[in-house]
Amino acid sequence: MSEVGEAGPASPAKINLAEEFAQSGVGPVLQQLDDELIGLAPVKQRIREIAALLLVDRVRSKFGLSSQAPTLHMSFTGNPGTGKTTVAMRMAEILHRLGYVRRGHLVAVTRDDLVGQYIGHTAPKTKEVLKKAMGGVLFIDEAYYLYRQENERDYGQESIEILLQVMENHRDDLVVILAGYADKMDRFFHSNPGFRSRVAHHIDFPDYDDADLLAIGEKMLSALNYRLNPEARQALAEYIALRRRQPLFANARSIRNALDRARLRQANRLFAAGDRELDLDRLTAIEAEDIRQSRVFLEESVPSPRMRGEG
Amino acid sequence: MRITQGCFSFLPDLTDDQILTQVQYCLDNGWAVNLEFTDDPHLRNTYWEMWGLPMFELNDAKGVLMELDNCRKIYGDRYIRLSAFDSSRGWESVRISFIVNRPKNEEGFRLDRSEGPGRTQRYATRAYATDKPEGKRYA
Repeated sequence: MSEVGEAGPASPAKINLAEEFAQSGVGPVLQQLDDELIGLAPVKQRIREIAALLLVDRVRSKFGLSSQAPTLHMSFTGNPGTGKTTVAMRMAEILHRLGYVRRGHLVAVTRDDLVGQYIGHTAPKTKEVLKKAMGGVLFIDEAYYLYRQENERDYGQESIEILLQVMENHRDDLVVILAGYADKMDRFFHSNPGFRSRVAHHIDFPDYDDADLLAIGEKMLSALNYRLNPEARQALAEYIALRRRQPLFANARSIRNALDRARLRQANRLFAAGDRELDLDRLTAIEAEDIRQSRVFLEESVPSPRMRGEG
Repeated sequence: MRITQGCFSFLPDLTDDQILTQVQYCLDNGWAVNLEFTDDPHLRNTYWEMWGLPMFELNDAKGVLMELDNCRKIYGDRYIRLSAFDSSRGWESVRISFIVNRPKNEEGFRLDRSEGPGRTQRYATRAYATDKPEGKRYA
């Protein structure tokens, strides 16, 4: 960076990039991202890259090098439960620290919040949401539902047009993040080239592997002041492997649901034990039997025709 | 004659940046901001047309400015005022109100005198603008 010093009379001769980085306060957010989110290596890599670009851009502007406000609209694609919303929230914070959005709040919406029920209802609704998102990040979950190919009179189109206009004209006021499943998003971008060209960063969220999911499960439990026994951990690992093969598997979300039910069973077990005195240890421990009672294990032994998926 | 009502009306017209700062102050206080417009400048005219609903739950003043720009596009030849409502006491009460847009020519008011019973004089002010029908007053 130091060779660029002669750009302008008022510009500083040298800027320490590391100092600038420390000053921006992005470091802790990125660190937190690393610590709290398990796996997602490609996503973290992309976010670091974006943060680096924004930081260098900011330094460049201090030297008087003109740089257009970068397009920051993003699309997050990935299977359910891969952490898209969580990362979007962090993204809002990172962009806020770097000064690219003024407030750093996240407004999460779906089609229902944007598209109206009758003629003339959509535009005010969409604008309302956009006004709330100004200065922050607008997160549109399952964005492809905005566009219904089979119905050309669908009001979603109107909403898309307003969105596109605002994404272009208010680029420095808000950042739009579109999220959804990869294949449907591809089709959505294909039929809405306007969106594709306005979205600069496409980030793909990979599925978690079994070890990641186990670590996520343990993290979730420790956040709730529970812990897994060694046998319970083994049971959970087996559960994850089995659950993955069943339909409607939603990565971390499935694990969270499974753990919620395990907590339910733990409470029931403690309650059924009745007369025994409880200590901290027993209150916080999830035992193997809490997990092994899950329907997932039953279905493995007796394949059920229904395959409910959740268990 | 320059209409002076609401805050800041003895100052030069606020620039958009200044409006932005004021609005942000309102939002930071948790007030809801509302836009109204009219082409009847009489001071007793308190019922201005609303530009949409008051804007609740906003975080950033740019959203209000966006609406103001839309309003100016259609009613740029009229008075537009911005008011902020505070609901912290359980009802919405105006905390601040100021004019953010005014017609190019403000023609002012005529003083009408009429004789009453005996030797009483009654006075009325009437805006020159209101001689014309609504919507054509500042065209």
